[in-house]
Amino acid sequence: MSSSNDSIANSTDVLPALRASGINKSFGPIAVLHDIDFEVYPGEIHALLGENGAGKSTLVKILAGFEQPTSGSLAFNGAPTAWGSMRDAEENGIVLIHQELNLAGLLSVEENIFLGREIKKGLFVDHTAMRKKSRTLLDQLECRASVTARVDDLSVADQQMIEIAKATSRNANVLFLDEPTAVLTPHETKSLFKLLRRLKSEGVAIVFISHKLDEIEQIADRITVLRDGKHIDTVPAHSVTKDDMARLMVGRDLTEYFPHIPVPDKNADIVLSVQGVATDTGVVDAGFDLRRAEVLGFAGLQGAGRTALMEALIGLDPVITGTVRQNGTTVKFKTLGDAKAARIAYLTKDRKGKGLLLGNDLVHNFSLFALEKFTRFFINRKAERTAFDAAAKQFDLRAASPKMLAGSLSGGNQQKLLLAKVLEINPDIIILDEPTRGIDVGAKSQIYGFIADLVSQGRSVIVLSSELSEIIGLSSRVVVMHEGRITGVLEGDQITEEEIMRYATGLGASNGAGKNNRTTADTVEEIS
Amino acid sequence: MIINWKAAGPLIALGALLVLGTLINGNFLSTGNMTNILTRSSFIGIIAIGATFVISSGSIDLSVGSMAAFIAGVMIMFMNTLKDLTDLMWLVVLAGVLAGAVLGMFAGWLNGILTTRGKIEAFIVTLGTMGIYRSLVTYLADGGTLSLNSQVRSLYRPVYYGDILGIPFPVIIFAAMAVLGYVVLNHTAYGRHVQSVGANEHVARYSAISTDRVKIIAFMIQGACVAMATIIYVPRLGSASSSTGVLWELEAIAAVIIGGTLLKGGYGRIGGTVAGALILTLIGNILNLTDAISNYLNGAVQGVIIIAAVFLQRGIGKKQK
Repeated sequence: MSSSNDSIANSTDVLPALRASGINKSFGPIAVLHDIDFEVYPGEIHALLGENGAGKSTLVKILAGFEQPTSGSLAFNGAPTAWGSMRDAEENGIVLIHQELNLAGLLSVEENIFLGREIKKGLFVDHTAMRKKSRTLLDQLECRASVTARVDDLSVADQQMIEIAKATSRNANVLFLDEPTAVLTPHETKSLFKLLRRLKSEGVAIVFISHKLDEIEQIADRITVLRDGKHIDTVPAHSVTKDDMARLMVGRDLTEYFPHIPVPDKNADIVLSVQGVATDTGVVDAGFDLRRAEVLGFAGLQGAGRTALMEALIGLDPVITGTVRQNGTTVKFKTLGDAKAARIAYLTKDRKGKGLLLGNDLVHNFSLFALEKFTRFFINRKAERTAFDAAAKQFDLRAASPKMLAGSLSGGNQQKLLLAKVLEINPDIIILDEPTRGIDVGAKSQIYGFIADLVSQGRSVIVLSSELSEIIGLSSRVVVMHEGRITGVLEGDQITEEEIMRYATGLGASNGAGKNNRTTADTVEEIS
Repeated sequence: MIINWKAAGPLIALGALLVLGTLINGNFLSTGNMTNILTRSSFIGIIAIGATFVISSGSIDLSVGSMAAFIAGVMIMFMNTLKDLTDLMWLVVLAGVLAGAVLGMFAGWLNGILTTRGKIEAFIVTLGTMGIYRSLVTYLADGGTLSLNSQVRSLYRPVYYGDILGIPFPVIIFAAMAVLGYVVLNHTAYGRHVQSVGANEHVARYSAISTDRVKIIAFMIQGACVAMATIIYVPRLGSASSSTGVLWELEAIAAVIIGGTLLKGGYGRIGGTVAGALILTLIGNILNLTDAISNYLNGAVQGVIIIAAVFLQRGIGKKQK
């Protein structure tokens, strides 16, 4: 921390690597950035913080030459500049890692890292050299993916690491990372941070966008907060707490982050009972009970089999062996339609790839899952629209018009739309996979509120989440998975981060194990 | 205003061609020429309505031209055989028509099953069936022409040449199919499902839509449309040969694309498809009426129009963003 403070203190003689002054940006009549000043110094990690739709991604795109500002100016190492194109910016060592991955899925890891900048030996591509360099780059990130593997065959986390390796191989002067940790496990995040600190010590200017306040607290030297396209404040990271950051972001106090959800009675009905379920997607002998009006958390590392288990239970993948009982009766869901008929709803974690039709309007997206509700022989568009308006109000969906495309909503609003979509069938059991991934604090706490409402209406909710605080804050019991197996079910006081991590890494219950767990845990971690 | 652009594009082009035709030749707007154009458009138009479903669902069907030839061949052979068994000519024609309809839907079902359950790309499946049907009709006709018995044909003839209140029968069927297609695509759950599957199959699956079923039905609708086009085509010439329906698949796809339906799926427009089919026929008609451009360049003009249509749609789409 101290070194970075020095560099900022010396800012009178050190020029900012990149400085933006008075940036305005409008898309048609809609202004998204108002008069933003921003600068990042060499050797500084500058966090950009704000709710979804605050304008962070747009600002970063302008800084990196992907978009042109409507007005305002940029200076690179003190010299006024206007990036004519991405290429122009790239040649000056400006690298942007997008929120969405930009990899050629059918090419190998090594080919992706050197895409467009292949190392050549005469006329031919020098694969040996490229492989060797790729390996080094990935090793720095502690990423164990094979350099010859096809990118499509890798986990999302590995793909993210490859994207980062690709960026760092370019000798960046200024590195922008737009929510790089959204798909990473805590361990992978740690490796990434190690790399970022090294780049920082080499004098790279780093701009880091994340929603995760504890990450920002760990890594950032300075924090700039945007709200509704306006620059709210820029502060040294050590001078603010996480609460301060949240307050700056949303512009109000977030009093009760997690709502109170009552723990159900021990004798509450069991609405879903799963025994000995195995799938060909890697789940082994999984069993658990879901009670009426409870939130059952599912924790585990990336690839622990939580999503695989749920997708098999609701008929998206076959259950090979095992029994599932709903309200005491054995059920077999061959398709998601069967599960839907049994009033079970599932919210996918892949909002953009599997949840919403980004090129369709909000109403169509909203009604797609419950379409028969609005259909006799023809679709009753009036009823559909009325239901949409009601849901938009209930879920505080902020959209310019119901006819706008789902893809142009902010992440938080997309998530609310997706939630409204799956809840429109009036389900009794709701399975939520990463319900708050990549959305801002404000929308998050709203979604927690919706979950509490569902439970108070006597519905049962299963929450799968990689954020331990979320699991702990919401669940009355927590099922922990590791390598396709359920390794523990925690209740009451047992629900702590340490305990969950022990089960999640396959260590089992804590009884006097020493402090060295962490390192063991780390080596066990990578499964996918 | 912005939304209407996409829908209005094909209509504007259609209007422009009508104006052009009128300027070139005073007889262009005559009732005779207009009904001629509409009647000629109806084969490709009806097939293209089916193609709108297949393309919206994210697939493609290249087999429709060969399928039409094959259905025509089988219908003719079937009716010729039945004619020897019964004196009730209307029964022969009715049976022939039913056989054509069943065969069309079966052929569509087969394309659908192979693409979904067989997990083979639609392009490849229908490239295969295209060759199979073309070859089968050549084989059935023994390399020559299959001709419908003249007795049967005389009863069947009005299905192509007849009219109701001056509107030719094929045009009425075309219009009825267009209305039906429009309603199904835009006002039923199935229509929404087709476009959802085409837009993003994962999202459709995660919305409890049986994506295989949706696609198979789209191919069956296509098969039924091909059968319908064939049913009104057979009485026109009363024959089928290896050259029947050649390149119809491309004309049908062209009509769909000119009409504003996206080739990659997810969005279909029946009204546009109808306009597209009319545009294709109009081009040929106008070239016939003028000496300015050789009639031999018909295909070239159509090609330019197709590319221009897609280019304009894309250009407008971009400006909106």
